[in-house]
Amino acid sequence: MDFKLKVWRQRGAGDKGAFANYDAKDISPDTSFLEMLDIVNERLIAKGEEPFAFDHDCREGICGTCGCMVNGYAHGHQGGTTLCQFHMREFQDGETIWIEPFRAKAFPVIRDLVVDRGAFDKIVQAGGYISVRTGSAPDGNAVPVPKDDAERSMDAAACIGCGACVAACPNASAMLFTSGKIAQFARLPQGQPERIDRVRHMVAAMEQAGFGACTNHAECEAACPKELKLDCIAQMNRDLIKAALVK
Amino acid sequence: MELDARIPEGPIEQKWTKHRFNMKLVNPANKRKYTVIVVGSGLAGGAAAASLAELGYNVKCFCYQDSPRRAHSIAAQGGINAAKNYQNDGDSTFRLFFDTVKGGDFRAREANVFRLAEVSGAIIDHCVAQGVPFAREYGGLLDNRSFGGAQVSRTFYARGQTGQQLLLGAYSSLSRQIALRNVKMFPRTEMLDLVVVDGRARGIVVRDMVTGAVSSHAGDAVILATGGYGNVFYLSTNAKGCNVSALWRAHKRGALFANPCFTQIHPTCIPVTGDHQSKLTLMSESLRNDGRIWVPANKGDKRSPDVIPEPERDYYLERRFPTFGNLVPRDVASRAAKAVCDEGRGVGKTGYGVYLDFRDSLARQGEDVIREKYGNLFHMYKKITAENPYRVPMRIYPAIHYAMGGLWVDYNLMSNVDGLFVAGEANFSDHGANRLGASALMQGLADGYFILPYTVSDYCARKGASKVAEDHAGFKGAEAEVRDRTSKLLAVKGERSPDSLHKELGKLLWEHCGMARNETGLRKCLAEIPRIRDEFAKNLRVTGADAELNQTLEKAGRVADFIDFAELLVKDALERKESCGCHLREESQTEEGEPLRDDKNHAHVAAWEWTGGLEPKLHKEPLKFEHVALVQRSYK
Ligand SMILES: Cc1cc2nc3c(=O)[nH]c(=O)nc-3n(C[C@H](O)[C@H](O)[C@H](O)COP(=O)(O)OP(=O)(O)OC[C@H]3O[C@@H](n4cnc5c(N)ncnc54)[C@H](O)[C@@H]3O)c2cc1C
Ligand code: FES
Repeated sequence: MDFKLKVWRQRGAGDKGAFANYDAKDISPDTSFLEMLDIVNERLIAKGEEPFAFDHDCREGICGTCGCMVNGYAHGHQGGTTLCQFHMREFQDGETIWIEPFRAKAFPVIRDLVVDRGAFDKIVQAGGYISVRTGSAPDGNAVPVPKDDAERSMDAAACIGCGACVAACPNASAMLFTSGKIAQFARLPQGQPERIDRVRHMVAAMEQAGFGACTNHAECEAACPKELKLDCIAQMNRDLIKAALVK
Repeated sequence: MELDARIPEGPIEQKWTKHRFNMKLVNPANKRKYTVIVVGSGLAGGAAAASLAELGYNVKCFCYQDSPRRAHSIAAQGGINAAKNYQNDGDSTFRLFFDTVKGGDFRAREANVFRLAEVSGAIIDHCVAQGVPFAREYGGLLDNRSFGGAQVSRTFYARGQTGQQLLLGAYSSLSRQIALRNVKMFPRTEMLDLVVVDGRARGIVVRDMVTGAVSSHAGDAVILATGGYGNVFYLSTNAKGCNVSALWRAHKRGALFANPCFTQIHPTCIPVTGDHQSKLTLMSESLRNDGRIWVPANKGDKRSPDVIPEPERDYYLERRFPTFGNLVPRDVASRAAKAVCDEGRGVGKTGYGVYLDFRDSLARQGEDVIREKYGNLFHMYKKITAENPYRVPMRIYPAIHYAMGGLWVDYNLMSNVDGLFVAGEANFSDHGANRLGASALMQGLADGYFILPYTVSDYCARKGASKVAEDHAGFKGAEAEVRDRTSKLLAVKGERSPDSLHKELGKLLWEHCGMARNETGLRKCLAEIPRIRDEFAKNLRVTGADAELNQTLEKAGRVADFIDFAELLVKDALERKESCGCHLREESQTEEGEPLRDDKNHAHVAAWEWTGGLEPKLHKEPLKFEHVALVQRSYK
């Protein structure tokens, strides 16, 4: 298959950046999107030109490192997938493909398609944990957890922290990311003691990092490669109200 | 050099308890005076960094990804073992110990493995307390599944994302310590050298991958938890960034490299489709609980699988190994797959594939049950192959997956370099010549949560706090070497990309040092590697500059180390003339074609010393088996 690529090139945070044109010829439909980028980059190196930078690591859809906007969709148009698991067979032969970094004030561009998502780590540091010291835990079966609660907790815990939710949101909100962690713990007995403080601190950190507010567009849910649901956000909002009442 | 494993005296079941009692302690108020450097934020590094910080040490943690949460432990799918005996099926510390020593084909140290089994239960307890959403039964208690090489059900899991959930647990504890300022985290930072001052590991030299700045970090002890080196084969189930560089640089500073030829090949990966392929994707071993492996009984049978009638199918694992069936250990399953494909009975376009068929389980348990157990794996398979495994059998083939080899460590997980500790997949320790499924997560977390916090404390207490300045000559010299290596890579200005050279190296190794090895092939490898190294030195092209984010440059540095390391790996394979575990030497087989171990000459750990580029020097640590009788492994 042949494609025309329009790829965002930007040397660094201070640079303005612009789209550049590349041809991606002779690509097998079984190639993944990132492998297609590899091939184009290898050809650039062969010509002595600088390849474009993009983040990736596991290439199994689980580490959350990869991700760009492809024709305006975070991780491409397929839905329920990361860019590394998205294959060229999903495109028409001859198509023009626009490739841009995830854009948000809280995700400054480092280079080309690579952005800094350190703000996510800050949100987790603010309270995305259960305070338990190594060696102090009771037996794993001491507290039974209803199967259904464990399953729903796992649904929320599936988040890979890729940032697609932020990139897809017109307000660049990080509500789905933040609420995933909150819902995971809120649905387990272990998460109860710190539940109120957790939601308070994580939401404050989210706001401080420069993410926008949620106005119920639900673009995040549509873009999430792990199919996290808006009910996480609902859960977070309920806990936030509770937190306001407690104080 | 005397290799002293420092195994404590006494009966095996009391060694660890006694050893802990004999350790020296650091006064809680003094712990802040010690700095511990942890390279790696995976299960081993993340757990160690968080736990040491909880104790009060000052910790600096490094990883090459943009966040510690992305270490490759995240990709582990199937589960984690622990001898809890929640199933009441006869499991015990001793049985897990026994299975692991036997599964490793008697090439691991008994005392280490026993301790691993001993602390396994506490790992599950801790992870549950952290909020890891493990799978549950209807009564709310923890669920288990079975993995290869064991006849009890002792594997705990969180859907097909166990590694992710365990790593996020460790990451959450680590994040808490970062917020408390007990850990300083350095993401997008690559370790490029180890600094040894007066015979003691005192720090590392790193490159900031965004700015290119090279800097030093000094401390009282250094822990390497940098994962496995499977990517030396180019195609593997590892993440693209997985590398041998941290270990190789430490090796060049004196750390012995143990059993580098022990590389595990996982039987159930999605087969290679073409030259564009950049990595191979694992389909978890847990699938073998419900999937049946088969190929057509007749050569060249190209019919679609659903029209091949039962008598014309060969369920070769069930046929050859009636006791363990589809759940034989990985090395056995991989070789059996290769054998049927070599006979011309392989499936798929390339003929290098076998079926993993869920037809019977789907009929027996229903699609919903199968979806609940393996939904995300089926989904992933469909994404990659465009085939629906609920309707047609999966096609799988073995691929490089895990490195049992690594830096040599003693019972305290310290290498032969004083103060250099090595944990997780990066050390050589517990899995011998073959790792059982679900045991790497267990080992990484055992090392990080329950072993290093003790042994590193003991080390610090014995040494006392002492500062070494980051502008000490040892650091400045290492920094200069790092800068020099980088400028050399940029200066070649040849024609070939680092990736193309890496591919060439990988192909060579896979062909001659992969699933089966023989002297002729290994010698051929040894003759070819210098040519690749030469080509790299003369014809490499690294675009861009040093003082910026430069992924081609990063790659080039890693490939350079892979090339040097590959030579050691092949030498080790040549030296080990027996077949054991993953290492099949074609010259060493029984008359029925089963691998033949040679305990008389090879019951040892092969630990290699760097000699400045001359022939590496081999040291042997003899292995004694006092609790598990040395027998030829059989899963029939
Ligand atoms: C696809 C897949 C599935 C698996 N499934 C299972 C399973 O079901 N059960 C099981 O028990 N095991 C499984 N394993 C094996 C297991 O996941 C790994 O062996 C284990 O997680 C390794 O953990 P680690 O902490 O040693 O290393 P990793 O998690 O790989 O972490 C390495 C760390 O070191 C850092 N690092 C590396 N090099 C450098 C450098 N030069 N400078 C700075 N930092 C560096 C990285 O950034 C990272 O933080 C699986 C492995 C794979 C690949
Ligand atoms: S590279 Fe890991 S999710 Fe895509």
